[in-house]
Amino acid sequence: MKELEYTASELLICLASRLMDDRSTAFIGTGIPMLAASLAQTMHAPDLVPVFEFGGTGAILEKLPLAVGDMRTYNKAVAASGICDIMETAQRGFIEYGFLGGAQIDQFGNLNSTCIGDVMNPVVRLPGSGGGNDVGSLCWRTISIMPHDRRRFVKKLDFLTTPGFLTGPGAREAAGLPRGTGPYRVVTHLGILGFDDDTRRMKLLSVNPGVTVEEVIENTEFELLLADSLETNTGPTEKELRLLREVIDPDGLYR
Amino acid sequence: MNQKATNIPLLFEGEGSLIQPPDLDAFREWNRRKTTALVDKTMRGREAIDRFVSDGDYIGFELYGTVRCPIGLTRALVRSGKRDFRIAGQGVHEADMLLITDRVKEIDFTYIGQEVYGVSSSVRRAVESGTVKNVVEWSNAALSWRFKAAAMGVPFLPTRSILGTDTIRRSAAKVIECPFTGVKLALLPALILDVGFIHVNRADRFGNCQIDGISGFAIEMARASKRLIVSTEEIVEPEEIRRQPDRTAIPYYLVDAVVHHPFGSWPGEMSGMYERDEDHYRMFLEMQNAEGTANEYMDDWVFGMADHDALLTKIGKERLESLRLETVEGGAR
Repeated sequence: MKELEYTASELLICLASRLMDDRSTAFIGTGIPMLAASLAQTMHAPDLVPVFEFGGTGAILEKLPLAVGDMRTYNKAVAASGICDIMETAQRGFIEYGFLGGAQIDQFGNLNSTCIGDVMNPVVRLPGSGGGNDVGSLCWRTISIMPHDRRRFVKKLDFLTTPGFLTGPGAREAAGLPRGTGPYRVVTHLGILGFDDDTRRMKLLSVNPGVTVEEVIENTEFELLLADSLETNTGPTEKELRLLREVIDPDGLYR
Repeated sequence: MNQKATNIPLLFEGEGSLIQPPDLDAFREWNRRKTTALVDKTMRGREAIDRFVSDGDYIGFELYGTVRCPIGLTRALVRSGKRDFRIAGQGVHEADMLLITDRVKEIDFTYIGQEVYGVSSSVRRAVESGTVKNVVEWSNAALSWRFKAAAMGVPFLPTRSILGTDTIRRSAAKVIECPFTGVKLALLPALILDVGFIHVNRADRFGNCQIDGISGFAIEMARASKRLIVSTEEIVEPEEIRRQPDRTAIPYYLVDAVVHHPFGSWPGEMSGMYERDEDHYRMFLEMQNAEGTANEYMDDWVFGMADHDALLTKIGKERLESLRLETVEGGAR
């Protein structure tokens, strides 16, 4: 078979999309999760219920939203309400998956999207939590999507914006976060990671085509756990790429 | 905020300052004095700002930046020269314009960025250089629930978000153990705005407003504002409002001014009416990357315009019409 060429973004979108189950609720943030949800609805999850923080529930994602409140987030949707309704729905336990991004992630899946450097005098001021903290606090299982390098996969975050497992086992519950919630997967351009049930530390589950385990370790500042048997993920298929390029993102915003 | 005697111990206190401490009884008294007379509140944007906005006010905008946002009113506010605002920072384009022109002193921050297009360079310059004096962190739900608390007329709401993070550490929230269940709760203080700005699809001259599509946090913010300036795409007859009273998102007695701003959310989008002006918005993003060109943008598109009508003339009818959903082939709705 001919080798398909694809970009790192396209790979992330396809991997994230395959994690979206049909008939599940997924809290969708700006960017890659939007494309992934759209792709999932076309490929395997027609009854995926995308939930957008400013009120869109159950949209059919025919055109790529550019903002989490734009009209495409409630295109042919089942409901258009408001942010309090959506966040309270998450707080009541209705939302299974939450998709997140960030500038930094640590071994417990905590995320920083607030600043680089000291928050009182930042080197770089980032956009802030937005709904990120709420998604990480209130959804059952969160999935982070980000590029993979040592500046992003760090031992210590400059700022803990969004809760993962905080300081380890039991820490979320001790802080008062809802029982049984927390990080589930981290999707990167090198592979897919999960979390060890006992230590709550990040664990490499599978690598992407052409990526070695050593490469993942080298690009991670903290010590990574490894699954007993590491599989290699399937890269984007011809059908996925065609849908992405021709239907979902014809303007190539995420190429 | 001074800590009153309590039998419930505080388990944690955020170190951020409470930029706008709530006084619910004063809010009740304020609301009692607001008129319920059905009077014509239509006026120009500039008049609304002259009458109802003061230097140093705590202000907020809804929905945000490029989505059903009172950008026309934001331009009028910037042109008015009023300053030293404290803002609820859930923003994009409107926050950028206030930051470029150095009108913001303090921010209750949740998100100021460009979503698909990344960070806001205006926020970066303002916060990294320290022209914004005080930044307190929250999340989107936290800010919305703070409006909801004010809308409910209670001083705080207990919630299960932001616990355990630096976000709560840099906020002004407090944590207690629930007296009923023992669960730890983040208490979010009510946020009462001096002035709220909301853009709607249609309103009558008294201020009864209808919103199409998602309501964002309009319901809560309208009720959490001491003064409320509404801009609207369309002014309709009161009979049209009374024909469908279930559609009234904001009743007139909350509203102080009704400003007729067709394309009032431009270059952002308006639910059911027009799409975002992507070319213009990208041009703004490009120009805001450097202080010089950011100011040039403001000169061209804000200070150089006498009012909203002048702006619409500058954009041009053809351009505006091309953004209407019925014109956009296969529009979102």
